[in-house]
Amino acid sequence: MAHSGINVLFEGRNLIRLFGGLWTTVEIAAVALVLGLILGVVLGVLRTFPSRLLRFVLRLYLEFFRIIPTVVLLFLFYYILPKQMGVNLPANQVATLVFALWTAAEMSDIVRGALISVPKHQRESGMAIGLSRWQLYRYVLIPQAVSLELPATINLVTRVIKTTSLLMLISVMDVINVGQQVVEANNQKYPTGVFWVYGIIFVMYFVIDYPLSWWAKRMDKKRLERANG
Amino acid sequence: MAKEIVKVEHLEKFYQKRHVLHDINFSVNEGEVVALLGPSGSGKSTLIRCLNGLEPYQQGEVTFNGEKIVPAEKNWQKIRQKIGMVFQSYDLFPNLTVLDNILLGPVKVQHQSKEAATASAEKLLDQVGLREYENAYPRQLSGGQKQRIAIVRALALNPELMLFDEVTASLDPEMVRGVLNIISNLAQDSNMTMIVVTHEMNFAQQIADRVLFLEDGKILEQTKGSQFFEQPQTDRAKAFLDSMDF
Repeated sequence: MAHSGINVLFEGRNLIRLFGGLWTTVEIAAVALVLGLILGVVLGVLRTFPSRLLRFVLRLYLEFFRIIPTVVLLFLFYYILPKQMGVNLPANQVATLVFALWTAAEMSDIVRGALISVPKHQRESGMAIGLSRWQLYRYVLIPQAVSLELPATINLVTRVIKTTSLLMLISVMDVINVGQQVVEANNQKYPTGVFWVYGIIFVMYFVIDYPLSWWAKRMDKKRLERANG
Repeated sequence: MAKEIVKVEHLEKFYQKRHVLHDINFSVNEGEVVALLGPSGSGKSTLIRCLNGLEPYQQGEVTFNGEKIVPAEKNWQKIRQKIGMVFQSYDLFPNLTVLDNILLGPVKVQHQSKEAATASAEKLLDQVGLREYENAYPRQLSGGQKQRIAIVRALALNPELMLFDEVTASLDPEMVRGVLNIISNLAQDSNMTMIVVTHEMNFAQQIADRVLFLEDGKILEQTKGSQFFEQPQTDRAKAFLDSMDF
């Protein structure tokens, strides 16, 4: 076992560095998700309003972020923002911003979809007892939409977390980037180290994402059980 | 002379090109029960929905309590607190308990204190025999129970007018009686002003002070309730009553 590749993980501070990288990943994903989900709910609600202009603008926003690949968005914000607009943000903040805007776009579509699938009669009975538009959303439509949209939202969360693996491209020191450095630095001594390093990164992502996706499935099942009585 | 609660003058309604209500004119006095009868698609539901602004109308005027309604969403929102409406599908809010369903209007819209509103809600629940369900969720109730709660929810706002839109149409036959009894009691004991769309002819005969008979979006006749079922004035109404074989 003297030259087993697994020891690459225990060489020097390798493991601690990998966890450090994971922390960066999680931090960016978490902040982006919190900001993005909140903004997404607001945009989703606005997209169910009658104003055509408002809906058109928000639709453009959604399509922009949905169609353009995330890598391109990252480069766009990382290289073009400072050059054209003179906004100089550190890579971590650019990453957080891009991911938050992307999450908001996707979330707005989930929220809108859930809101318009609340039966029309619910809206009318709310209006019939004199609720204002704001109250109608607050007490009737949004609470019912939440249970419809939760599984899709959790799926979005897992997608966002896993897509953070692109962050190394704008030189954020995330877990993938650290992993690559560890592999390169130890290539001579541990030729099979690459397997172990990416192996542990796989386990890290799996441990974060799998419970979420399991939770989403379970909730969807429960919701269907409830709906079908 | 009794006080006029609602007055409808020259109301016209179109869905795009389709003319669904033609020159509707009628009024309802305080304490009066008016039944809107007519074949399916005659515009009864559309008409009743125009009276609390759920459907926009293109021409004509609705006067509520002597005040002409300027049809804007903000105005309707205020007026709807005075007009209770119950629909065919029992649309309790599934995310709220029975009690919270009832309290939503009084507490959030009318800003009554929660204690006072709860006390009157419980009194109303007692009257419909469902006090023990106040903490249940709508999914735990039967259709007839839900519809009774929906009536209580509308009454909790202390409305001056109640609109019933085919409230028994989607209930099991054995549930119908309970719901209709509540409406009858409301007419007799509380002297509530009501407009009722229904296909239950026996019920209509029993409670209606006056019948408006509609077909193809027109009011064909307005007759006293006692008279309509014995001697309708139009052949069309007569054919309609015959076809209902009650």
